[in-house]
Amino acid sequence: MADVMIKVESLTKEYGPFRAVDQVSFNVHKGEVLGFLGPNGAGKSTTMKILTCFLAPTAGSAQVAGFDVFDQSLEVRQRVGYLPEDTPLYRDMTVLEHLEFGAHMHGMSGARVQSRIKEIGGRCGLSDVAGKLVGELSKGYRQRVGLAQAMLHDPDILILDEPTSGLDPNQIAEIRALIKEVGKEKTVILSTHILPEVQATCSRMLIISGGKLVADGTPDELRAREKATRYRLVVESNGTAAETLKEKLTSVSGVAQCQKVAGEDGAYTFEIDGSAKADLRKALFRVAVDNKWSLLELTRQAASLEDVFRNLTTGEESKS
Amino acid sequence: MSTATTVAKREIKTYFNSPVAYIVVMVFMLITGYLFFSQLFLEKQAELRYYFTLTPLVFTFIIPAITMRLIAEEKGSGTLEMLITMPVRDWEVVLGKFLAGMAMLGAIVGMTLFYAITVAALGPIDRGPVITGYLGLLLMGGSYVSIGVMASSLTRNQIVAFILAFAISFALFIFGQIMQFSPEWLSPILAYLSMGNHFESFSRGVVDSRDVLFYVSLMAVALVIATASLESRKWK
Repeated sequence: MADVMIKVESLTKEYGPFRAVDQVSFNVHKGEVLGFLGPNGAGKSTTMKILTCFLAPTAGSAQVAGFDVFDQSLEVRQRVGYLPEDTPLYRDMTVLEHLEFGAHMHGMSGARVQSRIKEIGGRCGLSDVAGKLVGELSKGYRQRVGLAQAMLHDPDILILDEPTSGLDPNQIAEIRALIKEVGKEKTVILSTHILPEVQATCSRMLIISGGKLVADGTPDELRAREKATRYRLVVESNGTAAETLKEKLTSVSGVAQCQKVAGEDGAYTFEIDGSAKADLRKALFRVAVDNKWSLLELTRQAASLEDVFRNLTTGEESKS
Repeated sequence: MSTATTVAKREIKTYFNSPVAYIVVMVFMLITGYLFFSQLFLEKQAELRYYFTLTPLVFTFIIPAITMRLIAEEKGSGTLEMLITMPVRDWEVVLGKFLAGMAMLGAIVGMTLFYAITVAALGPIDRGPVITGYLGLLLMGGSYVSIGVMASSLTRNQIVAFILAFAISFALFIFGQIMQFSPEWLSPILAYLSMGNHFESFSRGVVDSRDVLFYVSLMAVALVIATASLESRKWK
């Protein structure tokens, strides 16, 4: 396809005997905002460092905007804006000086430097702090400086390593809004281990664990892959013991597991796991009616991304 | 190429934003000033010979103090990752850092022109040896700067970078002094590698292309090693 902006093929990176990235392959298309998920140490940052030409892959290949990250690294770097993890910046420069430095490094000169800084600085909310030293800024502002610098040369692709880590909720909302807006015209990859972030900003997500790619799809697709569905049931038993209730509920066909999570004075709350294929709500309702329990609440909870994430990444953590 | 000068400009700005530059300049002026003025007032001799003889030794610790932060600091703070994921070649980064070190060297050597002016004011001055002497200082100092850049590229710790640069620079300096005790076969090698020996003719007013070649090739070797050290992150 013509609009493939990033093409990664069986990418592998080894640090000595340790395999940080293991045979990872994926494509990113123009206009996508790709969430790169995984536990700490899963290989997210390493993959991003390869895509931005900071590290070289041990095996496999990666192409960004049609250029190989190893053989044509200068061309790649001209087209990529990168925000490294923890936003390293020169602390002894003012915001304006820092952005000017970035602009010059990208070969900009003359009036274009100031006009771009004005535009991007305004978009990132930096106009008020232009004269301040980077080292004196709060973490949120530093993040914005890093983001502004990454977007200064109007790159086709933005690679952001944990762009919202260490920010307060308001700042997170601002940065997300900014990323969403940028994602309309550009291709964005962002890494995170915060799941709501993916739901809020990304059109597609990759889950990586122990260096391996374990899932690739839209958040909805991945949620649908989850097999178990959880039901929450609150009943008033009118005198029947909780144990009996549990027994009766477990005997409903399709129920895999039933657990009492709360309930003292006659009203009990159960969490019931059943297969995702059938809807158990009718059967559960019947049980309640047949036994003359008062049904106070019955809900089916769609599998959350948290569940998907946990199922896909646990058991691999010992490796990472 | 323009990115190398952008890197250099940023480094020079950083030098003068921090107290390090001023301290280094002060220490250098203190030491060389003592050497020059003690000669002037005690021996009643207005000449630069003493300054030229001892500056090579002073350089062995002043220049590593200038160069230690150049790359090591960026490695330690992580800004190196930001810098070299911009469209810049590794050798351009190294060259930029080297040029910044040279600018700093130029500044401290430039300040000692004051001694030459003092001598000239007191009587006729033999211009030839002074001009070649200063040229020699820049070439020899440049070699020390390149060694410092190399040492700084090998570690993320500035203290380690300083000690490493000082050790190499000092070794190259004393090679000339230990020739008397060294085995006969070793002497010519030590003589060739000695920083001081190559500088001697400069201070006598002679520019020998072999000396220039020695310093320039030393700089080239050190900077190539520094570049390789930056590139080593990409070795498979």
